[in-house]
Amino acid sequence: MQGRIHSIDSFSTLDGPGIRMVVFLQGCHLRCRYCQNPDTWEQDSASTVHHSSEELMALVRRGLGYYRNSGGGLTFSGGEPLLQHCFVREVFERCHGEGIHTALDTSLYVPPGRVQAVLPFTDLFLADIKHISTAQSRYLTGQSNDLNLANLKAVNAAGTPLWIRYVVLPGYTDAEKDIIALARLLAPLNAVKRIELLAYHTLGVHKWELLNLRYELKEVQPPAADEMNRLQEIVAEITGKPVYIS
Amino acid sequence: MQSWHGFIGGWWQRDIDVRNFVQKNITPYSGNASFLSGPSERTRLLWRRCQQLIKEEYQRGGVYDIDADTPITINSHKPGYIDQDLEVIVGLQTDYPLKRAIQVYGGLRTSIRACEAYGYKFNPEMADLFHQYLRTHNEGVFTAYTPEMRLARRVGIITGLPDAYGRGRIIGDYRRVPLYGVARLIADKQHDLHKLSTAMDIGSIGQREELFDQIQALKDMQAMAFDYGYDISQPAGTAQEAVQWLYFAYLAAVKEQNGAAMSLGRISTFLDIYLQRDLERGVINEEQAQELIDQLVIKLRLVRHLRTPEYNQLFAGDPNWITEAIGGCDVNGRPLVTKTSYRILQTLYNLGPSPEPNLTILWSQQLPRPFLEFCAQVSIDTSALQYENDDLMRPIYGDDYGIACCVSAMVMGKQTQFFGARCNLAKLLLYAINGGIDEITGKQVGVEMGVYPGDVLDFNEVMHRFKIQMQWLAELYVHTMNTIHYMHDRYAYERVQMALHDSRVHYFMSFGIAGLSVVADSLSAIRYARVKPVRNAQGLIEDFIVEGNYPKFGNDDDRVDSIAVELVKEFARYLKQYRAYRQAEHTLSILTITSNVMYGKHTGSTPDGRKKGEPLAPGANPLHGREEHGAVAACNSVAKLPYDYARDGISFTFSIVPSALGRSREEQINNLLALLHGYFGQGGHHINVNVLQVETLKEAMENPERYPDLTIRVSGYAVHFIKLTREQQEEIITRTFYGRM
Repeated sequence: MQGRIHSIDSFSTLDGPGIRMVVFLQGCHLRCRYCQNPDTWEQDSASTVHHSSEELMALVRRGLGYYRNSGGGLTFSGGEPLLQHCFVREVFERCHGEGIHTALDTSLYVPPGRVQAVLPFTDLFLADIKHISTAQSRYLTGQSNDLNLANLKAVNAAGTPLWIRYVVLPGYTDAEKDIIALARLLAPLNAVKRIELLAYHTLGVHKWELLNLRYELKEVQPPAADEMNRLQEIVAEITGKPVYIS
Repeated sequence: MQSWHGFIGGWWQRDIDVRNFVQKNITPYSGNASFLSGPSERTRLLWRRCQQLIKEEYQRGGVYDIDADTPITINSHKPGYIDQDLEVIVGLQTDYPLKRAIQVYGGLRTSIRACEAYGYKFNPEMADLFHQYLRTHNEGVFTAYTPEMRLARRVGIITGLPDAYGRGRIIGDYRRVPLYGVARLIADKQHDLHKLSTAMDIGSIGQREELFDQIQALKDMQAMAFDYGYDISQPAGTAQEAVQWLYFAYLAAVKEQNGAAMSLGRISTFLDIYLQRDLERGVINEEQAQELIDQLVIKLRLVRHLRTPEYNQLFAGDPNWITEAIGGCDVNGRPLVTKTSYRILQTLYNLGPSPEPNLTILWSQQLPRPFLEFCAQVSIDTSALQYENDDLMRPIYGDDYGIACCVSAMVMGKQTQFFGARCNLAKLLLYAINGGIDEITGKQVGVEMGVYPGDVLDFNEVMHRFKIQMQWLAELYVHTMNTIHYMHDRYAYERVQMALHDSRVHYFMSFGIAGLSVVADSLSAIRYARVKPVRNAQGLIEDFIVEGNYPKFGNDDDRVDSIAVELVKEFARYLKQYRAYRQAEHTLSILTITSNVMYGKHTGSTPDGRKKGEPLAPGANPLHGREEHGAVAACNSVAKLPYDYARDGISFTFSIVPSALGRSREEQINNLLALLHGYFGQGGHHINVNVLQVETLKEAMENPERYPDLTIRVSGYAVHFIKLTREQQEEIITRTFYGRM
């Protein structure tokens, strides 16, 4: 089958272990107010590239010397890659056939069946948590967070490693009580191997303008360095897990 | 012999054979960097004094002082010191640190102009003397240049030729002086001289003269050392002597030759044998071993030549390409890494980062992991290392080659090269389109064939015309080089460096191309998109309209990468059709250093959409902004370029911010090593690794053309730094400053 691909980066070191190819899939059903890649929202666009799983594998193989030597592999990101779960599953299955590490950068805001479909072939989940409160999640993304928290627990139960990503958006996601609640939720999840607190930035804003979309968070400034350090300490203290900020 | 006591004997005792000495006596080291020592107190004080002088030099506009009265020879200047009490290794080019000398034999005009540019007056009597009675290399070349050669030079289709300055790229085997002593080297050269044919034809007369000059150079070198209080006629007996003897040999070379690249060779593992012997004898400790290497490196960092501002525009920052090749394996696969491989890298910590000496890691998949990790760490901390693929070069050059300049491999003491700068292939493509008329000056320069007639460029037709122009340029280029190197041998012969070669050497003649990626992209655009020429009032094509998309070099796309590969092969074949001076073997490099900006300035708009005056990409790099699929794809495109057709080297520059290499330092080291592993595993030849800090980002804002592929990632978002608006760049710099990217 064919995958709808927004773009491919053959060299990433931040989306899972080692050097990785990151394939950004086209299409997302969330509408996060601070999204850096609003150009990946639509299911299809003029610049979308269509690849079969075999075509994509041929590209991955061109980088194996880099990926294998670093303990890296292939990461699907997006958009929301699980909107194309059959394609993801097909590619990851092939990767496992060739001994290539697989990672999935997902919001987990999808029906559980889709997560289950890819679970056997996914070595690592990079799970974005938008907000710990349902109401706030709905405000920020347009969706409730029931699904993704349930999926998070399911992945954890299956024992597949998870890295958690959380964007620190001043005034929206950085309240201490929310951070504490998040940390308490993550603490008992054994499969959560690391937590990344990502400082909100404005580098994607110009894309909103290109797409004639209104960016509502223009006034929001990136969080200060010591604030990030403080949140890092709080989360590390509660969870006892490695916490990175960036 | 007392000096050789403790060494394992072998052929090296009977013949001049440094490789054999290294093979017999090396102590390979596969441990980590924990044994290393910081700078000694003397080194610290001495380097602080040098830093003051270097700062003053900068404040004086880049030149500290010039001796405009004394043409330099090995013994023209009295011994000079920085601070004799602190110097463990002595010797300066002139009588004072950073004072530049005039080297007239390369070119009188260059020396006069350089003096004037910095407010000094070239001694007028001496100028008269040279004008009236003597001829320099530069004048010699211009007596023989044809009008066509002068024109090609003026319009910049062939540029940077060593016809007004020293050609460089000749590496003396400086190790021979400490190992054998000068007396033995003189005796061997005299023996060779006696054995030369006495049938006096031009070849043998020339050889006799050269050998005579070499012997004289060795004697002069010995006299120079004597003035500093050392007798180098005999082999070095201690580690200090070995470093000192070797430096004297190099010093003699850089006194006489203002070569574009005056490389050092492969000295660290050789010196390690002496350091190891003294350490085992208990004569020195680790701090003293490090002190010797630190102080040698201090001396190398002070090497200065007098050059014109125009030269600096091409190659800014006083480069001397004092290239030292570190590591690599021997032909049996044994790593040649020693503790002194580490010690010379440690100078970047003890003295701080610096472009000189040009430390070059000969990469092999078999090098010990701790050493590779140390190299990666040094790269991340200093951005000062370049890497070259020993696994690719070793089958061709064996295990005792050095690197001249940046990427030119040659066997130590047995091979050398005639340096040929580069031709501008992007301009040549425009000649193909404009029927040989130069697009900037409007002069007929290339083969006359009429301006391209159609409304849309046709790939086959353009290629046909391009090949005719390539053939023309190849012939002109070879003939021009023959002229230059005949005259250089005649008027500015490198007697010191050649005295430290075998008497019979193999010559390479190294040609170069600039603008490869622009030409490949242009031809790809013509083939896969629609390119319409735009004509000016005179009917010349001065611009192009590109309709549609086309594959671009740097994306691992065979459709365009194969065009680049074929171009390299084709041009190399054309060059080989024309006989080179001294039966030299033709080689080709894809290397521009920083001159890609200058070449771009003198090149009209190209069919890939690049506008007139915009820079070409450096070396074999994709043009900035054209890589759409990230670094691995770019590396893969460059790695396809065929080293067998470009044995003078294929240069690739890779710049990245530390945070884009991984979150933790261990991750960064691991990922950088995997990147190198992958690139060299694909057959890549050379890579410059820039791991850039905030300061560098700031500089990139002012000089974006020098940072074409600087990639930044900001949590899930990757972008070319130079593509960002100024405000965004400033934002990132502010953020990075807090270490949060």
